[in-house]
Amino acid sequence: MNLLQLPWLEWAILLALVGALGVSRIRNPFRASAWGLAFTGTIFGFTVLAWLGHYFGFKPSERWSLQDYYFGGRFFNLDELSAPLVPMVALLHFLTALATARTKMRRFSFSWSLASEAIRLATFSCHDPWLLIGLLSLCTVPPYIELRNRSKPTRVYVLHMGLFVALLVLGWSLTESVGSQGAQPAWAVVPLLAAILVRCGAIPVHCWLTDWFEHASFGNALLFVTPLPGVYAAARLVLPIAPDWVLHSLGMVSLLTAVYAACMATIQQDLRRFFAYLFLSFSSLVLVGLELVTSISLAGALSLWFSVTLGLGGFGLTLRALEARFGRLSLADFHGLYDNSPALAVCFLVTGLASVGFPGTLGFVATELLVDGAVEANLTLGIAVALAAALNGIAVLRAYFRLFAGKRHAATISLRIGLRERIAVLTLTALLLGGGLFPQLGISSRHQAAQEILKDRQENLRRAERDRSPGGLAARAD
Amino acid sequence: MSDLASVMSWLGIFVVCTPLLLVVVLGISSLLKWQLDEQTITRSVQAAIISGLAAAVAILVLMLIDGTRHVVINMGAWVEIPYYHFSIKFVFDRLSVPMAILSFLLTGTIGAFAARYMHREPGYNRFFVLYALFTLGMVVTSLADTIETLFVGWELVGLSSALLVAYYQERPAPARNGLWVWIVYRISDAALLLAAVVLHHMAGEGDFDRLLGTGPWPDGRASLSEVQALVVGLLFLVAAAGKSGLVPFSGWLPRAMEGPTPSSAIFYGALSIHLGAFLLLRISPILECSVILCVVVVVLGLLTAVLAYLVGSVQTDIKAALSYACLSQVGLIVAEIGLGFRYLALVHLLGNACLRTLQFMRAPTLLHDYHTLENAIGDHLPRPTVPMKRLASARIRSWFYRFALERAYLDWWLTDRIVAPFVWLFQRLDALERRWTDFLSGQASRESDQMKPYSQIEELS
Repeated sequence: MNLLQLPWLEWAILLALVGALGVSRIRNPFRASAWGLAFTGTIFGFTVLAWLGHYFGFKPSERWSLQDYYFGGRFFNLDELSAPLVPMVALLHFLTALATARTKMRRFSFSWSLASEAIRLATFSCHDPWLLIGLLSLCTVPPYIELRNRSKPTRVYVLHMGLFVALLVLGWSLTESVGSQGAQPAWAVVPLLAAILVRCGAIPVHCWLTDWFEHASFGNALLFVTPLPGVYAAARLVLPIAPDWVLHSLGMVSLLTAVYAACMATIQQDLRRFFAYLFLSFSSLVLVGLELVTSISLAGALSLWFSVTLGLGGFGLTLRALEARFGRLSLADFHGLYDNSPALAVCFLVTGLASVGFPGTLGFVATELLVDGAVEANLTLGIAVALAAALNGIAVLRAYFRLFAGKRHAATISLRIGLRERIAVLTLTALLLGGGLFPQLGISSRHQAAQEILKDRQENLRRAERDRSPGGLAARAD
Repeated sequence: MSDLASVMSWLGIFVVCTPLLLVVVLGISSLLKWQLDEQTITRSVQAAIISGLAAAVAILVLMLIDGTRHVVINMGAWVEIPYYHFSIKFVFDRLSVPMAILSFLLTGTIGAFAARYMHREPGYNRFFVLYALFTLGMVVTSLADTIETLFVGWELVGLSSALLVAYYQERPAPARNGLWVWIVYRISDAALLLAAVVLHHMAGEGDFDRLLGTGPWPDGRASLSEVQALVVGLLFLVAAAGKSGLVPFSGWLPRAMEGPTPSSAIFYGALSIHLGAFLLLRISPILECSVILCVVVVVLGLLTAVLAYLVGSVQTDIKAALSYACLSQVGLIVAEIGLGFRYLALVHLLGNACLRTLQFMRAPTLLHDYHTLENAIGDHLPRPTVPMKRLASARIRSWFYRFALERAYLDWWLTDRIVAPFVWLFQRLDALERRWTDFLSGQASRESDQMKPYSQIEELS
């Protein structure tokens, strides 16, 4: 048997759970950090093997599979969409653990991070709708506990996530009650659509996201949002069954959010809020591409998903490193931090520009594809997408100047970037630049995933047409 | 492929790769914290620029020997999926070769000047990383044979320019001005991106020979309808106006003088400011498709020339005066393009770039030069008479003086009529969001409100 045929994916999920339990028993934060790092690193290795197995066409063997042994079937599997997403999520967890500064080790819970990683890996490899809904709901619990543990206000978060879970359950129950697997009637799909909008932070239900960034630790805030689970839910639950008008509505709301958030990012006075709006704008752009449902726009959206997660992940880790040295930072004035930490300034600029799709980075071709798909649908749409991208670029450079330009900050200790942080940010930078300079592999993989999504959707719509025809209705009545 | 074609192809790749290699060497060493000394940086710059220039001149010579006027170097599809491909292609023709040679020549001259001018500056390495990025951007833009490749170079030039304007970053003013330049460039980039995508849609691909006809420049004929040409052409015009500081974007020009003199010389005297005109020259077959578009281009060019002349006349700072003098010439070049005089525009562009570079590099020693001249003639230099004095009354002159001093109120118009309402609106919306989250959470919901702008910055041990 080939090494790649082992069920690495489920072992990764299991290891994350075991790690969470094990690390929770360690009281010393530095030891917990070391163990957390070891677990997240190993989990990342496992997920890479799982991805390689999928890439080379090896099916995981039933012999070593716990899922097959206990449940007689597979709930967690990789397909074209999820195969690269799973190692990406694991990488983000690993690098976040790696880049956790010693000053933050007491506040960053490695055990909860591992538990969240297990849920996230399971979510991104799950296809069964009800299980996915369960996992998406479960995913909202650790952040709540984090807010409670930090004695922060939880009501905004609880209200929005409660609404998300309720709408998700209601929506899927309604679609199941209709019975048909194809395009669903409006009353069944609208709650599902609303749930996605809440989770993705579309306006006017976006305030939970900025509130979350205000109160959570930066590391956990990043891990909760940057893998874009809301977009994954949209791709799995809404895209295959939603009628065109629902997708267009979702696209319009997302586009409005993308532009609104980009505008808000340019005027923010607080670094975290700036990041939250920047993230919101990009995650909405991914949704815009998803809802245009053409192969180009879908490939663009799926590629941008990668770019957003890695780019904003790296950007977020740089901001976190800055916070670890200087505390919460305001953008109301110039701070002159360049001379204190020039490497952080460079990383800030590279990851920030990568996240806005600067040429030579992973997001460049993705943005091109997305704008191309948008223009194909409507020129105004294309203009709005280009406007959002331009505004985000302005917001990033404004933040850069506010943080790193100005009268030099007189430091009493060395504030240079640490080795672990440097490795974490440079790894993401290398991926962003590597993916940008050699984009063919990534783009063709995302195009293939887009084709699969479109094929599924078309089959579902055809089936619905058949069901709605007189013959189909009679057959169902029988 | 004949031997000569093969040699030209390799030389073409070499022309693009030399500045790329310079970016890689200087950029990676900065990222990995391998501090290069001044001598190594200077030698790397010299090696890259001289070899790139030599290769570009060699291609020109081979083209003249061979009688070829259009050499395309196809680096293959960068990305290719069904219904979409993104090719990297470079073209050596009557437009791109002079522009590439000019880019190498002037960046090389300024590189040599900067090596001394910036000697022992704390940001020496940073300056040359941005300089390398700028050179790469210029070479890629000059030689691009697809609209997407041109966009890549265009963005690189924009970023490096904005960061060089903010080079003296220990003062807030250069950073503010760098941001201003960046905002204008982003508007220009967005317009170019849209133009690229719209053109891509019309022609199915972004190659210039498909978009602008197969003939070598300037003989191509674009196969667009008048309306299509007008839409795409206007987008290109916005992009060109942003990059070249045409009306109404001229306000960034004096702000950009905050950067070191070598960067002022390459951006506003020589290369960057001419990029808009270069873009219009490159897409000139599209201009031919629409008379309205040509009229708009001519009017914009003349308006810019007149305004730049007026504003430049009242400048008291030599760099600002030179930049407006340069801009008035750029306005004329744009008008020439609109009138269809392409070769004239190209020659005008090359001449203006060289002259302004020389003037900018002499600018720091202007007073010394004046004193030398005055000592030589034993008197003050004669002051030119102002023609307005004879033509207009004191009131009109005063109005014009005010108008010119306020830079035709363009900055005021952009700041007060666009930026201020934008900021006001979104600050109100932000306040509304605060009230909403306060209401939902039943208490003050924003920790960031407690933060003071600066005093809270302190190292966490």
